[in-house]
Amino acid sequence: MIEFTNVSKRFGSVQALDQLNLQFSQGKIIGLFGPNGAGKSTAMKIIAGLNQPDSGKVLVDGKKPRQRRANIAFLPEIDHLYGWWTLRQAADFTRSFYDDWDDAKYLEMLSFLNLQEEMKLGKISKGQRAKCKLLLTVSRRASYLLLDEPLSGIDILTREEIVNTLIHDSQEDEQTIIISTHEIDEVERLVDEVYFIDQGRIVVSGVAEELRMEKGMSLVEIMKEAFRHAQQ
Amino acid sequence: MHYDVGVSQLDYDKSRAIYKQIIEDFQKQLVRGELGPGDKVPSQREYAQKVRVNPNTVQRAYQELERTGMVETVRGQGTFIQADEVMICGIRQQMADNLLDHFLEEMSSLGYSENEIQAKLTRRWTLIKEARIDD
Repeated sequence: MIEFTNVSKRFGSVQALDQLNLQFSQGKIIGLFGPNGAGKSTAMKIIAGLNQPDSGKVLVDGKKPRQRRANIAFLPEIDHLYGWWTLRQAADFTRSFYDDWDDAKYLEMLSFLNLQEEMKLGKISKGQRAKCKLLLTVSRRASYLLLDEPLSGIDILTREEIVNTLIHDSQEDEQTIIISTHEIDEVERLVDEVYFIDQGRIVVSGVAEELRMEKGMSLVEIMKEAFRHAQQ
Repeated sequence: MHYDVGVSQLDYDKSRAIYKQIIEDFQKQLVRGELGPGDKVPSQREYAQKVRVNPNTVQRAYQELERTGMVETVRGQGTFIQADEVMICGIRQQMADNLLDHFLEEMSSLGYSENEIQAKLTRRWTLIKEARIDD
């Protein structure tokens, strides 16, 4: 389980997280939704152990995120792979870092995503590079999979492939998958639990199916409504 | 492709619970005769992949289908339609009642009386039949 208690983080004059409280349950697909600059990436990086909160407490399975780094696979929003690498070289590099790397899973997902190991990362399309990034992340048997904006700037067919991969993966490993995105429409059917975040705070949260039943609205509509209220 | 049975690529209404829409989809296929007693339906895993829906949502729908006796899961063999003709008939009537309730409610809110609704229904039905003949 991942727990945030009164977590604040400031970058210069920007209050990225403001007394944030949340609890992500185990084995679920969780959506962290909000507009650009809401604090999603900051929260993700703190879970991944790449950032420290200024105040408050973050626990992953009762421990500090840094102590749990071996159990957390993080897919950053930025393109972190060298263009002169082939996919095979990128895989070798990643394999050398993580004990939970699983070759069988890597090969299975390689064909599932229609990728070839000889591909040169600098020469393929943005969509294919996004799939490569995803492949390297899901080839680890980590308990937590953190995906920061995995769909942004990706074409519709590739998005479908990515969503398929995540469904496949969540069934395989009983992983906890956390997806941060402002493109809620794409993941409406994918998420179990949702947290809408704005200006570093949670404005609405709940179980996706319960929220739909309770409000008779889609998640996109629920978010729009929450933000209208927050701005008043 | 046998495991296409039971899965229609429905576009879910995002403002309603998806597990309910999965159940309704099974019910419709039963009523239309596309699925019948004893037919094998996809596993939860296959279903989730096929329609790209959260696996826990599919699980909830299947549990509900099992609880109401519409399907039965046999260990090691798969999930099968258990509903018999009587049950399917009941589902059909229930679905028709739901549609009628909705229709009557909306018509009443527009101010139509019982007699007016009946008259309108007959007239409309005649028009539709004539249009079909013209085609």
